[in-house]
Amino acid sequence: MEVFLLQVFNGLSVSSILLLTALGLAITFGLMNVINMAHGELIMTGSYVTYVVQMFFLKHIAGNFDLYYPVALILSFFVTAFIGFLLERSLIRFLYERPLDTLLATWGVGMIFQQIARDIFGAPNLEVRTPHWLKGGVEIMAGLQLPYNRLFIIILAIFCLIGVYFYMYHTASGCRMRAVMQNRSMASCLGISIAKVDAYTFALGSGLAGIAGCALCLLGPIGPSLGTYYIVDAFMVVVLGGVGKLVGIIISSGVVGGLNTAFEFGSTATMGKVLALIMVILFLRWKPSGLISLKVRALD
Amino acid sequence: MGICLLGYKNTGLKFKSLAIILGLALLMSIACYGCGPSKEVKTPADSGTVTESEVIKVGILHSLSGTMSISETSLRDAELMAIEEINATGGVLGKIIEPIVEDGASDWPTFAEKTKKLLERDKVATIFGCWTSASRKAVLPVVEKYNGLLWYPVQYEGLESSRNIFYTGAAPNQQIVPAVEWLLKQGKKNFFLLGSDYVFPRTAHKIIKAQLKAQEGVLVGEEYTPLGHIDYSTVINKIKAAKPDVIFNTLNGDSNVAFFKQFRAAGIGSESIPTMSVSIAEEEIRGIGAEYMEGHYAVWNYFQTTDTPENKEFVKKYKARYGQARVTDDPIEAAYFQVYLWADAVKKAGSTEVDKVREAAKGIEFNAPEGLVRVDPENQHTWKTVRIGRVTTEGQFKELWSSGEPVKPDPYLKGYNWAGELKPGK
Repeated sequence: MEVFLLQVFNGLSVSSILLLTALGLAITFGLMNVINMAHGELIMTGSYVTYVVQMFFLKHIAGNFDLYYPVALILSFFVTAFIGFLLERSLIRFLYERPLDTLLATWGVGMIFQQIARDIFGAPNLEVRTPHWLKGGVEIMAGLQLPYNRLFIIILAIFCLIGVYFYMYHTASGCRMRAVMQNRSMASCLGISIAKVDAYTFALGSGLAGIAGCALCLLGPIGPSLGTYYIVDAFMVVVLGGVGKLVGIIISSGVVGGLNTAFEFGSTATMGKVLALIMVILFLRWKPSGLISLKVRALD
Repeated sequence: MGICLLGYKNTGLKFKSLAIILGLALLMSIACYGCGPSKEVKTPADSGTVTESEVIKVGILHSLSGTMSISETSLRDAELMAIEEINATGGVLGKIIEPIVEDGASDWPTFAEKTKKLLERDKVATIFGCWTSASRKAVLPVVEKYNGLLWYPVQYEGLESSRNIFYTGAAPNQQIVPAVEWLLKQGKKNFFLLGSDYVFPRTAHKIIKAQLKAQEGVLVGEEYTPLGHIDYSTVINKIKAAKPDVIFNTLNGDSNVAFFKQFRAAGIGSESIPTMSVSIAEEEIRGIGAEYMEGHYAVWNYFQTTDTPENKEFVKKYKARYGQARVTDDPIEAAYFQVYLWADAVKKAGSTEVDKVREAAKGIEFNAPEGLVRVDPENQHTWKTVRIGRVTTEGQFKELWSSGEPVKPDPYLKGYNWAGELKPGK
C-alpha cells in the first residue's frame, strides 16, 4: 500500500517538475513560436544564480544561511529574465519571420552559455546545500515519507502557474501580451508597442526557466550540461499540451509525469521513457495539434 | 533599463551595423575558443629556440567539452603537470616533451578522428587519454591500425586487452570483485544493483551476479537508468520495496548527483542502506555534496587521504598548481603516474618507437602516490593496491580496508572459476 501511495506521489512530483520546466517554454515556444533550444541553458543559469547567492550567504551572512534560498529564488527569476531580455533584443527579434532559424540560433546560444558556465565555474558539478527547512520530510505513515523538497516544488509549480495566469488574464500588460501573440499586426495597429511586448514576454518565459533552475538545485546536479537533461521533456510537454495555450501544459505535464512514473515502476527506467514517448507519439498522430489548441498568428 | 540603448524604435542603419559587428566579433571569439585548431601548450623551454628534433610530441586526448568534461578536464591537468615535472628535470633522452592537447568533446567518433590526427599528422610518440569505455573502444581500432600507443587511466569493465593500449586504471578484479567479497564478509547478503545503461555497468553487473551466485549472496533487484537520467523517485521506491542490505552503484556522471540527493531526501541514510560505488571519487563527491554522501562506501586504488610520502607530495603540488579548492582522486592519480611509466619506458628503451617502448614498458615499476605500481608484462594492465573507503563529513575517504600489496590485474577473470564464460554486456 505505501509503495503504491508513494508512487502516486512520485507521479505528482515528476509532473510538477515537468510543469515547472515547461512553463517558461510554453511562453517562449508556445506563445511566441520561438523554438527555444536555449531554454535548458536558461534553467542552468537559474541554478548557477542559486549557487552564487549561496556562496555569498556562506561568506558574508552565514548566520542567516537558510534565508539564501528565497533570495536565490527571486534573484534567479530576475537575472534569467534580464538575460532573456537581452537575448531577445540582440538576436531573437530578428528571427520572428523565420521560426525554423530560431532553432539553430538558440541552439548555438545554448552552447555558448554552456561554455561560458564551464569557463567561469569550471566543468565539475557544484554543490548547492538544501536549506534546513527543506530537509527531511513528513511521515504520513510507516514507510511513507514525503520529502519536503518535492512538496515544495509541487507548491512552487502551482504558485508559478497561478502567477502566470493572473498576469496574463488579469493585468493590462498581460492583456497586451495576449493581443500581440494572437494578432500581431492588429495589435500594432491599435497602438501596442509590439517590440516591447515581445521583449517582456520572452523575458517572462526566461525568468520562469530561472525559477525552475533554482528549484531543481534541490533534486539534481548543478553543472554546465544540466539544461540538456530537461529540454527534451519540456518540449514534449509543450507539444503534447498544444502549442499556444497554457492550460494544455497543466494536463500534459500531469499525463506525461504520471505515465512516465507508472511505466517506469512496471518496467525499467529506459522502457518507461520509451513507452511514455510511444503514447505521446500515438496521441499526436491522432490529434496533431495537441490536447488543447488555439489558432494564433504563428501557426497559420 | 537599457531599453533605449538597445532601441525599440528603428534607429536605422547605425544600430543594425553595430549589431552585426558585435555578432561577428562574438562568433569569431567562439570559433577561436571552441572549434579552432588544437591548443598547443607551450613547454617551459622557450619554444623559439627548440627545434623539431629536440622535442618529443605526445598527445593528450580527453573530453574538454560536453557531458564528460566534468571528469576529464582534471585528467588533462594531471598529465600536463607530470609532463612539466619531467621536463623540469631534463625531459627524456635529452629532449623536452611537448604535449598536444585535443578535445574529444564527449563524442566517440571525435575521439577516433582526433586519434588519427594525432598519430598521422602530429606523429605523436604516445597518447594519454579517454575516460569512458565507449571512447576507448572508438580509439582502439585507430591506434591498432597506425600502431600507436594509448595510456588509459580509468577503471573499466575488463574483458579487453590490446597490444597498443596500456591500462593504468583498475581491472574488475582490482575493484569490483574485492568490493563484493568485502561486503559479503560484512554480512551484507542482499544486493541491489543500480547502474547507468551502457557497457560498463552491464558488464560489471554480469560479473557481480556470477560472483554472488558462487559466494552465496542474493540479488534482490537490478535497475538500469539511461545516462543523464535525473529523477530517481521511482527507482528509490523500488529499492525500498526490495529491502536490500546494500546497493552496488555503477551509475555514472550527473545521475549520481540526482540519485544521492533524492535518496537522502526520501529518508534513507547510509546507516540503513549503504551504497558501494565504483565511479564516485573525491571530485564527484564535491559535486554531489558531502552531506548526501556521508557514510557511503567506494572502492578505488587511491584516495586523496592515502598515506604515502609520494602522495603527500603529489597532493601538495597539484593544489599549488591548480588551486587549494581542487581535490585529487583515483583517475587523476592514474593519469599522473602513467606519464611517468611511459617516460621511464622510453628511457629504458632509449627510443620513442612504439614497439621498443612496449617491450621496455613490460614489468616496469614506479612509486606512484598510491604505492608501488607495476606494468603486467602479459596483459599490459597495472598491478595496483585495492582500497575500500567510507565518505567522511569533509567529503574525503577514510580507508576501511586495503589489499596491502599490489594485486595482479586479471582483465578476463581467469583466476576465478565462477567467472566462466563472461562476455562484455550489451
